[in-house]
Amino acid sequence: MSTASTATGNVPTTNVAALAADTRSKMISGVVMAAVGALALWGFGLTSRVSNGAHTLFGLKYDPTQTGGLGPISAPAQEVALALTSLAILCGLVRAFAPISKKIQLWLDGVYFASLVISFLVWAAAGSSVGLNVPSIIVLTAAGAVPLILGSLSGLMCERSGVVNIAIEGQFLFGAFAAVITASSTGSLWAGAIAGCLGGALMCALLAVFANRYLIEQVVLGVVLNLLASGVTGFLYDRVMSTNGGTYNQAKGFSAIKIPGLSSIPIIGELFNQNIIFYLAYVLVPVMWFLLFRTRWGLRTRAVGEHPTAADTVGIKVIGLRYRNVITAGLLSGLGGVWLTLGLASAFGKDMSSGKGYIALAALIVGRWSPIGAFGAAVLFGFATELQVALSSLNTPIPGAYLAMAPYLVTIFVVAAMGGLTRPPAASGKPYIKG
Amino acid sequence: MSTPEPENNEAADAAKSATAAPKPQPDRPPRDWGVIIRNVFTAENGAMVTFLAIVLALVVGALMIVLSSTDTMNKLGYFFASPGDFLSSAWNDISSAYSSLFKGAIFDPATISGTPEQFFGPISNTLEYATPLIFGGLAISVAFRAGMFNIGGQGQLIVGAIFASYVGFSWTALPGLLHMIVAVLAGIVGGMLYGGLVGWLKAKRGAHEVIVTIMLNYVALLFLGGWLLNTSVFHNPAAAGQAISKPASSTAVLPHLFGDQLFTDIGLLFAIAATFAVAWFFKRSKLGFEVRAVGLRPSAARTAGINVSRVQIASMLISGALMGLIGVTQTLGLANPNNNSLSPNIDAGLGFSAITVALLGRTKPWGVVGAALLFGALQAGGALMQTQAQVSIEIITVIQALIVIFVAAPQLVKEIFHLRAHKIDTGKGGGEDTPTVDPFHTTETINVAGGEE
Repeated sequence: MSTASTATGNVPTTNVAALAADTRSKMISGVVMAAVGALALWGFGLTSRVSNGAHTLFGLKYDPTQTGGLGPISAPAQEVALALTSLAILCGLVRAFAPISKKIQLWLDGVYFASLVISFLVWAAAGSSVGLNVPSIIVLTAAGAVPLILGSLSGLMCERSGVVNIAIEGQFLFGAFAAVITASSTGSLWAGAIAGCLGGALMCALLAVFANRYLIEQVVLGVVLNLLASGVTGFLYDRVMSTNGGTYNQAKGFSAIKIPGLSSIPIIGELFNQNIIFYLAYVLVPVMWFLLFRTRWGLRTRAVGEHPTAADTVGIKVIGLRYRNVITAGLLSGLGGVWLTLGLASAFGKDMSSGKGYIALAALIVGRWSPIGAFGAAVLFGFATELQVALSSLNTPIPGAYLAMAPYLVTIFVVAAMGGLTRPPAASGKPYIKG
Repeated sequence: MSTPEPENNEAADAAKSATAAPKPQPDRPPRDWGVIIRNVFTAENGAMVTFLAIVLALVVGALMIVLSSTDTMNKLGYFFASPGDFLSSAWNDISSAYSSLFKGAIFDPATISGTPEQFFGPISNTLEYATPLIFGGLAISVAFRAGMFNIGGQGQLIVGAIFASYVGFSWTALPGLLHMIVAVLAGIVGGMLYGGLVGWLKAKRGAHEVIVTIMLNYVALLFLGGWLLNTSVFHNPAAAGQAISKPASSTAVLPHLFGDQLFTDIGLLFAIAATFAVAWFFKRSKLGFEVRAVGLRPSAARTAGINVSRVQIASMLISGALMGLIGVTQTLGLANPNNNSLSPNIDAGLGFSAITVALLGRTKPWGVVGAALLFGALQAGGALMQTQAQVSIEIITVIQALIVIFVAAPQLVKEIFHLRAHKIDTGKGGGEDTPTVDPFHTTETINVAGGEE
């Protein structure tokens, strides 16, 4: 990765040093986590917002005006916040000093994070008469994660086959634009959705051609393709949509499909009353995992991404597979673009993806190039970005901008903390030249 | 460190000199004008490829203008009945757009008899638009030569702009010229800190700079637009409800360079000075040599005793400082539309345009200046094109991106124009300058979240 990690690399004699460095970095990050926990204990548990015996209301109905169902839960704010932040500090300390396996460490991280987040929510909503609407937060998070999931799956497919896809943002834009213009000029949502997917695939085809045939450096190429997509969609928006929005930019969204039975479960029932793209995104995660790790195609794809020369030797057509995978990945990120317009029933606007493509890329990296990990990171980032909406009515002293920054800061922290530990597919970003 | 690709540069050079050396000048006369002219039209001639790339990009732009013009496309419906209608309408679209592009960028023939201000107006606009692009292109180049891809220009220039703006509106006790100098320095320091953070994370923590810079861009953007401009320190009370800062005091504002009528400020002088400095840095300074060595082959540089971490941090500091200067000209320069105050969109996408400038200039300082002048001209002309020909300025972004893609893929240009692949050997072996990092095809040094394993 860089100086530090190359030093801790493959040579066996440096293994001891590497282990020592690993233990040290585990200790440092554990101590940092505990320190952050202590700060949270002071901030969330001991400030005036919670100290006067305030209670936090957790609403358990998606639509609070509805009669029947579960009533809200009221929790004493200070006690809960103190308990949760203490738990977080404990997790940090255990992580720092106890000899634990990687698996337990992962669980500890999860508990640490969850308790910090819940204590923050308890603090933020303390004393409010409305409280937090838990089902609504869940639905917002799930919906906010949809484009991130689709984008990171697209990036995953590309990187696993050895092509870096930084242009997810551009594919979102192109997909969103193609979807809305087709849907509103033909009047068919399905035609729009297909056009959106193809729009993403077209952008990915450009990426594939220039990366594989003309061997342009792929990160550079991705950035330039993002500029291109932003320019083309912005130009066409100005020329066609802004003057004639009624015919070309009128988005009707996909209507929700209620799954009988599941949709009447309390608290999470609303998750089963969403549109088809929503379901598709979540179904694609296990599908992608299965395809990548349990099928012949997946084995070949991973081989091409890790060691193309070896894959070529056993008769896999490296370049052909890369073309196919990258263009197919474009269908996924195009679908992410379709979600932004037809999925959310909103009109197209210039640069409307507003960085979601880059957050999807971050989710892929934080999720360490695995479908399940990317899914987890996407949900986490969706939660962080949508939380602002939930908190805007609560009048917290923390400005929304800082919450919106959270996914970016988490990503920086993760890549800085994991440093040499994260490893992308070995051939990712390297064009394959046969011969 | 086991990839075969890094050898490409040296290997190609070796191969070139090997083929050139054995057959010195047996049967070819030393100066054959036919050969020299034919050699102009080869894929190896960078200038020719660049020129053809610009032509291609303009052609694609013209196509887009016609395709998106509803009037003209309606005439296409009865093309076979009356092709002249469609063709003249399409020609009209294109010529009105590109002639106003030219008038806005270079000069307007109608002003030949006018005042000098009118005559030089467009060219001074071009220079003003080129100024931040020069800084940005140099910034990307410095990082690139050290093997790093700085996509964080947006964030670094925002932080630079915040610093410069703060000094500009609050340290009003400073006397005239000193106030401006301090404000400029503050902007440099701001960009430097934000860029240096990236270098530090890369060198010490192994965090990949592409990821970190992308994330830091959004952090800076949200920090500025979502919070800072609403605080009482920065927010302009006169503009209630708007996220806009107090205007910089007039002593901190960069003065006009060519008189009050022309739209160029002394930022251009800073840009030229920066170009000289960066050119000197690469050619003559010890650190510049180390930067190039690290960029070409980090492992070899490390073996030669160069402290790679230090070089990476230093090059990101310099890169950030240059980006900070964009923040300075964006806030304190004439390009600022809001009376020299800070607004959320202060970056105007320059952090990303800078990448295209650096690539087109092939990360060489004077190449960057040329590319910046071209893109500055497109920006200045695009502004007039938008008002005169009602063609959205977004087309300029498309043209810029296309130029860079075509230049990066000389093979494609060669295929389109049926250019000869290689120069005909005139017996004058090689003669190329020292190897530099190829901005388009390096495979070892830039690799998202990966790198030299």
